[in-house]
Amino acid sequence: MAFDNLTEKLNSVFKKLSGKGKVNESDVKEAMRMVKLALLEADVNFKVVKNFISSATEKAIGVQVLESLTPAQQVIKIVKEELTELMGSEAYKPVISPKSPSVYMLMGLQGAGKTTTCAKIASYFSKQNKNTLLVACDIYRPAAIEQLKVVGSKVGADVFSLGVSDPVKIAVEAVDYARNKDIDIVILDTAGRLHIDEGLMEELQRIRDAVNPTELYLTLDAMTGQDAVNVAKSFDEQIGIDATILTKLDGDARGGAALSIRAVVGKPIVFCGMGEKLDDLDLFYPDRMASRILGMGDVLTLIDKAQEAFDEKQAIELEKKIRSQTFNLNDFLDQFQQMKKMGPMDQLLGMLPGVDNKALKGLNVDDRKMAQTEAIIKSMTMLEREKPSIIDYSRRKRIAAGSGTTLTQVNALLKQFEQMQKMMKQFTNPKQMKKFKGLSSKLGL
Amino acid sequence: MSFFAKLKNGLTKTKKEFSEKINSVFSAFVKVDEELFEELEEILIMSDVGFETTEYILDELRDKVKKSRIEEPDEIKNVLIDIISEILIQNSENVQLNTKPSVIIVVGVNGVGKTTSIGKIASYYKSLGKNVLLAAADTFRAAAAEQLQIWAERVDCDIVRHNEGADPSAVVFDAISAAKNRGSDLVICDTAGRLHNKKNLMNELEKIVRTVNRELPDADKEILLVLDATTGQNAITQAKLFDESTGLTGLVLTKLDGTAKGGVIIGLANSQKLPVRFVGVGEQIDDLQPFNPEEFAKALFE
Repeated sequence: MAFDNLTEKLNSVFKKLSGKGKVNESDVKEAMRMVKLALLEADVNFKVVKNFISSATEKAIGVQVLESLTPAQQVIKIVKEELTELMGSEAYKPVISPKSPSVYMLMGLQGAGKTTTCAKIASYFSKQNKNTLLVACDIYRPAAIEQLKVVGSKVGADVFSLGVSDPVKIAVEAVDYARNKDIDIVILDTAGRLHIDEGLMEELQRIRDAVNPTELYLTLDAMTGQDAVNVAKSFDEQIGIDATILTKLDGDARGGAALSIRAVVGKPIVFCGMGEKLDDLDLFYPDRMASRILGMGDVLTLIDKAQEAFDEKQAIELEKKIRSQTFNLNDFLDQFQQMKKMGPMDQLLGMLPGVDNKALKGLNVDDRKMAQTEAIIKSMTMLEREKPSIIDYSRRKRIAAGSGTTLTQVNALLKQFEQMQKMMKQFTNPKQMKKFKGLSSKLGL
Repeated sequence: MSFFAKLKNGLTKTKKEFSEKINSVFSAFVKVDEELFEELEEILIMSDVGFETTEYILDELRDKVKKSRIEEPDEIKNVLIDIISEILIQNSENVQLNTKPSVIIVVGVNGVGKTTSIGKIASYYKSLGKNVLLAAADTFRAAAAEQLQIWAERVDCDIVRHNEGADPSAVVFDAISAAKNRGSDLVICDTAGRLHNKKNLMNELEKIVRTVNRELPDADKEILLVLDATTGQNAITQAKLFDESTGLTGLVLTKLDGTAKGGVIIGLANSQKLPVRFVGVGEQIDDLQPFNPEEFAKALFE
């Protein structure tokens, strides 16, 4: 299918390259043609694509590549470096005003996801122990204020609203209110508007001039096509933007707009919206995004998430247990609960290198199944969890009844655990470990 | 204002950018050569027509230019309009909504304007003398039902809603029962926005469609995908996947007044063979109108 996503497309390009011993000039050109097609299908702006391709081709057809021992790796590296350069090299973090409150104004087209994102940003700041005031400046869309109140209460943020009145007045009073109540963060939820709507664009200017926000954020749907550049340019010229928030990146349209905006407007991306839940907001790491586009996996994000969720002490203990082969069902349950903290399984799997996104499409990791597994283990006695070997037929029947599952499900879990134990034995066996080392050096680019 | 005038009005910017660019290309070239085709390629792609459709259009154009021995860049313009109109016109037959009640289910990704479009569609059918009932089956997004309620009041039609978090199929079931009891002509179901790659959410949508088919097996049904006209090539994947799980009968294109391009329509008509039923060209209640491919193609180039 012609509309596979960028990662799949680039993967197929590089598979072709990797299959050959050496890469010559025409190979590079062929690869770059595919890269061009892929970028266009990903909605990267036409002009950005043109520039990207010519500068990447120029670098790739250099002596270095042709004389290099692993030309495929060189080409991947160059394309990745170019992509990273295009998107900026470092993550951008919200600027905090030295004098509280820090005020962020969210703006964008209709349906970009501003209201939802407001709540997500509040949740982001609450993780840093900062309290947030959400301000309902969208007085036009029916029930927009109501929506902000609902999502605000879900993330525990106060919502400031004056009903349908002048948005400038609402913003000014909200900032005063926050100052008096010692609130750290103020987020202005403005109405969605077209960049060519002069009246509404002027309203944004007036809000900006009245409250002088710490930062101005453009919220943009990741699915936006070629027009993304025009939208970003207009908002930047008329209001000024400090950074962009890219929403709906959990869809399959990732990439395009992010590249174009960075290249054309030169403004960084600060956050990306990754899901339906109100804490599904990530900082944007350009280098990671480039890796992800190239199918190298978003390993760094995964590591970050793991660090957040895993307790280091627990990890050391776990390692001991694996080494001494005393890993039991209680530990298994612990692992399970920690994994759950890291987020939905399919999101995690998508970040792993070597996990083909195509394969993931069919695979639907069911979080409910994980809950079942938990229930089964929790229906066991402590002794059973420590010594699974004592679980006989009548115990299994009791466990199934207790967890609301079937005997087959209990059996499957026990078998899975047994296999895991076997695997761990292999890991702790030094002879087996050598094999793995060989494999990992092959994978390193 | 007539629909045609409105569409033209809404599309002034689109039209201006699109045809001005094309016109400038034509006037800049004194003869038909590869450079002209490259310029045309750029314009089409920058309008979100998509790489494949652009290739298709240009191949057709090359063919016709060769056959008819066209040498004037100016003449090429008319050929180009013909090709694009043909693509748009090929899927223009309409679904009849004659049974009582008949059903429209409105689906799409988040933020494309489903709820707003439903308000406008309800107003359109009401103006045709139909008795409309809205089903607030978006039970997920905060305040979605409130938003639809406000539209129901504006349009002055019935609405069936449950609490946030309720089973959307249950809302649809209740709405159909209510429509049967009250003798409504048309039930329009709002659904929660969902990304087409989320399997569980798409299953939920399939369940809604099943509920409708079970409760009203013989009713006329229309399943409309709402697409945001600013969307790029992802619109094609959206149409494909929503079609797979619900069996789409048509498209609604929103926010056409804002984007400077309209190319996604051409790409979609060519690849999905789905007719565009309505176009949104503004924020007012009557700014959504039935789509007329011929008028649209003309309005783009006039």
